[in-house]
Amino acid sequence: MRTYIDLFLTFAKVGVTTFGGGYAMLPILEREVVENKKWATTGELSDYFAIGQCTPGIIAVNTATFIGSKQKGILGAVFATLGLACPGIIIISLLAAGLSHFNEMSAVGHAFNGLRAAICVLIINAVIKLGKSSLKDAFSLFLFLAVLAAALFFKISPALLVLSCGFLGLLVGLFKGRRSASSSSGVSGESGAENAAQEAKKL
Amino acid sequence: MIFLRLFYEFFIVGLFSVGGGLSTIPFLANMGENTGWFTLSDLTNMIAVSESTPGPLGINMATYVGFSVAGAGGALAAVLGLMAPSVIIVLIIATFLNKFRNNHHVEAVFHGLRPASTALIAAAAFSVITMSLITIERPAGGPFWAISGLTWHLPAIILAGAILLLTHLPKVKKLHPVVWLAFSAAMGIIFEI
Repeated sequence: MRTYIDLFLTFAKVGVTTFGGGYAMLPILEREVVENKKWATTGELSDYFAIGQCTPGIIAVNTATFIGSKQKGILGAVFATLGLACPGIIIISLLAAGLSHFNEMSAVGHAFNGLRAAICVLIINAVIKLGKSSLKDAFSLFLFLAVLAAALFFKISPALLVLSCGFLGLLVGLFKGRRSASSSSGVSGESGAENAAQEAKKL
Repeated sequence: MIFLRLFYEFFIVGLFSVGGGLSTIPFLANMGENTGWFTLSDLTNMIAVSESTPGPLGINMATYVGFSVAGAGGALAAVLGLMAPSVIIVLIIATFLNKFRNNHHVEAVFHGLRPASTALIAAAAFSVITMSLITIERPAGGPFWAISGLTWHLPAIILAGAILLLTHLPKVKKLHPVVWLAFSAAMGIIFEI
């Protein structure tokens, strides 16, 4: 039982001390989970983050689930994620209850108008950063433009867009895999060699 | 049953938003449109509040929406809904972690998912910009490219431009986003933007 409470409290502490989530959380997790509690190594933590980036859901929740389940199975995962969410729920509930009164003050209105300008920039910067890592070839650039147009002009559900792009990625991967398999059986397959190099890197 | 509805709506958000925090925004914008729970303007305020308070962005936004729709119970239902898919999926992945990472098919799927996620956030950025910096008026019933008027919110544009510049300057770009949020809120109050 003590470990469950420990998981809950540790992740509650992580929740209180991070703003914005995502990568901002990494140094704090490193201090709490790796150095203080020794629940995971730095390498494991960055693995969890990498997987959290490319699996559905909130990265922080994914990481908490990994560490919780490593310690105490499914229940451990539940305690860790609830601990993580707890501070946010309390603080935001209090703020949301209070903000409806504050909103009538003109200073709050002006502050929000200023904040919105900053939010625009934060989202633009996130797009630039994501774009640099995700738009590396013609295929991904094409998907990016197609989804952007579909989302802006045709109001297609984002869930449908995500699903179909994942499916397209799979199809292209299968096609490439077949092509490189046939070319590597030939004399000198360039993509086959590439695959082999990637394979070697992984090992 | 408003709690079940909140749980379900956020379960969908948690299931399809890949890449954390900001990737939930396009789904939330879509949810606001479909349910009428909040407007795009409310959503931008929620992002501002969630970014400037402790805790992961996605959880704070779910709490905010849930609370404003159905009080504390609503906040809890929304957060649990958002977290449930991650917890389930990660628990499954954790059991065969290494196989998952080196699987070519999984890699191929993400090759398609990442640009989609980037594009959805870019579209969200566009709608936030058209709400807070440049208002675009569209004629009712016109084709999707028709524009009948543009309103430029100059003070906000100047502030956004300044922050954009500052966040790319070598020495100050490593500052925490909260610094920029505090700065912009102060500017908003001082110059009555």
